Amino acid sequence: MVHDGTISIRVNGDHRRVAAGTSVADLALALGLEPAKVAVERNLEIVPRSALAEVAVEDGDDYEIVTFVGGG
Amino acid sequence: MGADTWTVAGRTFTSRLIVGTGKYKSFEQNAAAVAASGAEIVTVAVRRVNISDPGQPLLTDFIDPKTITYLPNTAGCFTAEEAIRTLRLAREAGGWELVKLEVLGEAKTLYPDMRETLRATETLVREGFQPMVYCVDDPIAARQLEEAGAVAIMPLGAPIGSGLGIQNRVTIRLIVEGAKVPVLVDAGVGTASDASVAMELGCDGVLMNTAIAEAKDPVMMARAMKLAVEAGRLAYLAGRMGQRRYADPSSPLAGLI
Repeated sequence: MVHDGTISIRVNGDHRRVAAGTSVADLALALGLEPAKVAVERNLEIVPRSALAEVAVEDGDDYEIVTFVGGG
Repeated sequence: MGADTWTVAGRTFTSRLIVGTGKYKSFEQNAAAVAASGAEIVTVAVRRVNISDPGQPLLTDFIDPKTITYLPNTAGCFTAEEAIRTLRLAREAGGWELVKLEVLGEAKTLYPDMRETLRATETLVREGFQPMVYCVDDPIAARQLEEAGAVAIMPLGAPIGSGLGIQNRVTIRLIVEGAKVPVLVDAGVGTASDASVAMELGCDGVLMNTAIAEAKDPVMMARAMKLAVEAGRLAYLAGRMGQRRYADPSSPLAGLI
């Protein structure tokens, strides 16, 4: 953590800085996503949708946020 | 005769046509094709959300998962681990245990890797998933998948996206005869008669994407596929005539003037 109150994370492969103390649900909302329409993996583990608001984003976290798209 | 339905993992469907949702020009065209096909199940992919443009329309805005069953698919996965990871995310995104597993062996043919497919099936079943499994048209591989807990066997008719039609009717038929779970031809259908062939062989259903999406008129082809699947199914149930090497007149020979 640096001293501006932000932490460093990765989201879908891209580096980002977010405020310390952010929840995963906050993170999704800040990205313009509806938490009910996505699935979140944090450091290779699924974050259950019911827990998105409780799980805090921590420095160094690696997130994959996915949704359904057209496919075969 | 009562309604001709089929059941997979305890869910009963009337339509025997499952359609993909890839390669369409627009969501509107995709939704219109799904409606014309009569499909009750669509396959969908699981991909990263578009963070740079989160306001983009979503598939779910056009095809309602409350009325059409979404079947999350692992297309594009080349190892058991990638496929399992994808489906765990799909389960969280949609809450569905019914999924379609495909683990590919190489990009050139998109042929399934059966060793990885079997391994993934075993893990998914242990984790409570109900995997419908894409596989080679090999009756032994199909039996092994069923033993591992696959809820449906989905042999390829020909390589994905090739439109070559059912290349090996003998092995598809052997799989149908040997399976206690539904068998659906997945991949290779190019036109309506291919879908009918699959159904005439006794398959429970057909899954296709490119044959509809890449038709010049996808919505019209979707309807053609609906009719072809129904025609093939009826022909199978009706029981076709035997084949002969020579002619057999349809009009009586007696009473000829």
